[in-house]
Formats: sequence, C-alpha cells, structure tokens
Amino acid sequence: MVASSLQLRDVGKSFPAPDQPLTRRPVLETISISLEAGELVSLVGPSGCGKSTLLRLIAGLDFPDSGELLVDEEPISGPSAERGLVFQDPNLFPWLTVRRNIEAGLAARGVLQQKRSEVKEFMRLVGLEAFADAYPHHLSGGMAQRVALARALINHPKVLLLDEPLGALDAFTRMRMQDEVLRLWQNRRTTMLLVTHDIDEAIYMSDRIIILTQRPGTIEQIIPIALDRPRDRSSSDFLSLRSEILELLHFAGNRTSEVTA
Amino acid sequence: MLQGQKISRQSQVTVGSVPSDQVRAESTERYALSAQEKKHPTAALLTVPVTAALALGIHLFVAKNEPPNESRTYTIVLGSFFAGAIVAAVMQRWWPALQTRMRRFRPLFTVGVLLLCVWEVITSGFRMLPLPYFPSPAGVVQSMINDRGLLFDSTWHSLVLLLSGYLLGVVAGLVTGVCIGWSGPARYWGMPLLKVVGPIPATAWIPLAMVISPSALISAAGLIALAVWFPVTMLTASGISNTRASYLDVARTLGANARYLVFRIAIPAALPSIFVGLFMGLGASFLTLVVAESVGVKSGLGWYVSWAQGWAEYGKVYAALVIMAVFFSTIMTLLFKLRDRVLVWQKGMIRW
Repeated sequence: MVASSLQLRDVGKSFPAPDQPLTRRPVLETISISLEAGELVSLVGPSGCGKSTLLRLIAGLDFPDSGELLVDEEPISGPSAERGLVFQDPNLFPWLTVRRNIEAGLAARGVLQQKRSEVKEFMRLVGLEAFADAYPHHLSGGMAQRVALARALINHPKVLLLDEPLGALDAFTRMRMQDEVLRLWQNRRTTMLLVTHDIDEAIYMSDRIIILTQRPGTIEQIIPIALDRPRDRSSSDFLSLRSEILELLHFAGNRTSEVTA
Repeated sequence: MLQGQKISRQSQVTVGSVPSDQVRAESTERYALSAQEKKHPTAALLTVPVTAALALGIHLFVAKNEPPNESRTYTIVLGSFFAGAIVAAVMQRWWPALQTRMRRFRPLFTVGVLLLCVWEVITSGFRMLPLPYFPSPAGVVQSMINDRGLLFDSTWHSLVLLLSGYLLGVVAGLVTGVCIGWSGPARYWGMPLLKVVGPIPATAWIPLAMVISPSALISAAGLIALAVWFPVTMLTASGISNTRASYLDVARTLGANARYLVFRIAIPAALPSIFVGLFMGLGASFLTLVVAESVGVKSGLGWYVSWAQGWAEYGKVYAALVIMAVFFSTIMTLLFKLRDRVLVWQKGMIRW
C-alpha cells in the first residue's frame, strides 16, 4: 500500500487574535474534503485563508478545534513519517550535508543502517548525486527544494503535503520542478495535497482543485480537472479552465459581477 | 607555516567539492592579495631583517650601562630573530606558503620589533621610567630565563586548574542550558535563578568559597566553573529556544522522537550561539583563574605575578604576563580552531 486516503470532516480551527489574546479568530470552518488514495489535489485560495493551517492539521503538527481528520479511516493523533510535509522554504538542516539531510528521515526513525542503500537512489531520483557532500548554503533554490523533496520522500510517505513548495522559484525552474513533482507522483502514486497560489500550477498538476474562501476559510468550490496528462499549458481547454477559476476567485475583471450575482 | 598550508588546502577542498558555476557566489579569501601586492621587491623582503638589525644595533649601543649577562641574553634573542628573518627572506623564494605568510605578517613584525626598540630606548637608554617598576626588555627576557623552572611549573598548574574548571563549567552549562532552553518547567524555575545568580562575578564568591571548600584548589576550580557556567548556560538556552520552529516541524514529520529533536536538531541549530557562550566563558575563566590564584591558590601564573610583585621583581612580573598572554591566546586560538571545524557548515556566513 503506497498511498492513503484522507478524510476531513467538518474541520474547524481558530487562533487567538494577536491583538486581543482572549478572543479567538476562526481560520478554518467546516472543511470537509475527501482524497482518494493516489489522488493529487490542489488547494487554492486568497492568502490568509488557512491553507497552510489545513496542511499543518493534516501533518499532525496542530490539532483542530472541531471535526475529525482521518487517514485510511484512522484519526490523526500527531506527526508521523507517513505524512511528509514540504514547505515553501526548503528548511534544509544547514549543519548537515545534502546526503545527511536526505538521510535525516531514516536516522530519525532509527532505520538508517538497514536502509542506507536507498539514500543513493533518492539522490539519483532528484539528480543531486554530485552534491552529496555539499552543505545547503552552497545550493541554489531549486536544488535545495529538490533535496527537501527527497528528504520527505525517503520515508515513503503515504500522503505528501506540499505547502507552496515551488513558490519561491523563478518561472522556468518552477515549471521544470512541476514536471519533476509530477514524475515523482506518477512513479510512486503517493496521495498529494498541494497548496499553491498559482492557478496554472494547480491546473497543470492536479486531479481536482479545491478553492477556499477568504478567512475564515471554507470550501467555495471543488473543480475536477479532466484534462489528459501530460497537460498542455496553452491548450484551449487549459485556458478556459483557467479563466473559469479566475472568475471564481473574482480576479476576472468586469465579468466578476455576473459570477457573484 | 605548516598551518598556513593546511588552511589553504582545506578551503580548496570545501569550495572545490561543488562545481563552481552552480554554486552561490561564495566570498573568497579574506586576505586575497591584489596583483600589485604580489610583486615582491627586494626592499620589502628586507624590512624585517633590517628592523631586527636596527633593534640589535640599538641594544648593543644602549647595553653598555647594563649588567653584562642580562644584555648578552637579549643580544642572543635579537640575534637569532635577525638570523631567522634573513633565513625566512631567502627561503620564501622556494616556499610559497611561507611567502604568503610573510607578506601578511611583515608589517606586524616590523612594528612589533620597533616597539621593542622604543621600550629599550626609554628604559635602559634614557632611563625615563622609574626602576624597578619598568625594567628593560633585556631584563624581562633575563628574568624569564633565570626563573624558567618556576615559570614552567606555574604555567602547568594554571593549565590544569583552568582546564578542570573550564570543562566542568562547560559541561554543567551545556546541561542546564539545554534543559532551560528546551523544557518549559526548567525554564520557569531555572531562568529566575540564572538571572539573579548569574550576573554576580564569580570572584565575588571567593569569601564563601574559602569557607565551604576543603581546599583552595577545589574552590578555585569551582569558581572558574561558575564563571564559565553562566555565559554557557545563557547562550545555550537562548540558542536552543530560538531553534527555528520549522526545523522542528520538518523533523517531526520525518518521524523524529524527542531525543532526536533535542540532540540532532536543537543542539546543532544552537551551536553558533553555544560557541559565543564558550568564548565568553573562556574569557571569564582567565579572569577568575588569575584572581583565584593570586588570593587563595599557592601556585600558578596568577600566584607567581603577585609573589614576584611582593619581592619587587618586576622583571618576573612582566615575564609572567608575557607567558600569560601567549598561554591564553593559544587556548583561545585552539577554541577558534574547534569552532571552525564544528561550524564548517557555516563557512562563508560567520565573520568573528
């Protein structure tokens, strides 16, 4: 079993307001999502709508105020190596070389001795064998993010949570990395939940796009993307989906009124 | 000079391990020499030998009114420095590492030797400073040689006391620092204690230490440990508690348990800060060592200084001060070397 299914039922989360510590502001409300095993789903929404909070809840780094989160029908009780998380900032451990960063997941679980052979395989997978002994500050942004992906993947997570992982990269590196992530996903068939603010990226990569509303985040709409893979970023289907989603997000200029009406 | 070779080889390895075109521009050699400096005129080569010769000349001229054995020793010292400078000036042609080093240190050596000349001129030359408080450099060198047995013994005792106190303080400081930095309750109870007790200079505890401790040596080691403990604890705690939350989050999603989080994430992340504490603690340990030795312990360089002062043998006082300077700065240098090795991953980021 490589992938897990993921169910969120009526999940809500609030945080204390920074200026008034006694009042809590809701960040997420009544989020219900169901991901099938092996699905790649994108979360899109205005900034501050709780996308990252939702990923943290699924990762087990935070706990919801209400609702339940289930992985393969089991409630999430805390962080686990079965749910990998990659941030926008690669967050490589700067005191470890590339190789040791990639090994970190194995070392943390105490299985490095048995699984050392996999480290090479994962370095090859992300094309970083030549940099095995380099320290992170020697790496470019794209390379660092590839190391972060390899580090998350080495534990064979059944769910991979990606929090704007390509957000800090330039446009070309970004498109190349999108293909790389897709290749990894197609090889491993891990369930992936991708937070992004890039509509093109969401359409290019995902099976479904979940659009969240302004804070407190609720689900505005779920859009299935039925385009064949590999997708063509300039095909007419792609572009019409794109304008449809932009309308939903109220970025489509004067046609906005029709949609909201 | 061998060290110089080693350092340059190391930096080549770390930079060379990554293809340079894909590497973020790394600031290169701090002491990189401009093309102009690389030219090596004979005049520049001779600066140090000429200054040494000058010092030797001044000494021989001034020494007529000095005790003969004192001046003879200093003549030998300056003479061998002169000879060494000549040999180095010739050797550098075939020894690139020596050449680089010499170029870097030439102004320093020149000015250093000139300062010795000035010292000698105003003491033995014009007798501008009152004796016995300000002996000539020849007198200091002579004291150092005459009393070498006791000086060596004192240095050895100081080293043992310093290291035992320092290591004890570092170990204790790391343990309390990690506890206070990591655990909430330890922070709640430890921080107030640290804030109230920590700033008291360790030397202020001397009266109490004398009362409660069975031996002066043990109380001195304890005081040094206390002096080291405070900065090490403070900076370890702050380093640990400032560990980027995202490193811990990432490690948790990789399956890390609490032990891994503390020892493999928080402590490595805190190392730059911990080293600041180690350096501050080392400075505090020197101070405490010298004070403790001059008031309680009957051995070591601190004791030697106050003992020599009691006999008004200021030549010996300065001799001990010179040895202290060499001794302490060597230990400091060793700690810098350790830091460079441990924090190699920060290469190009730290500048202190």
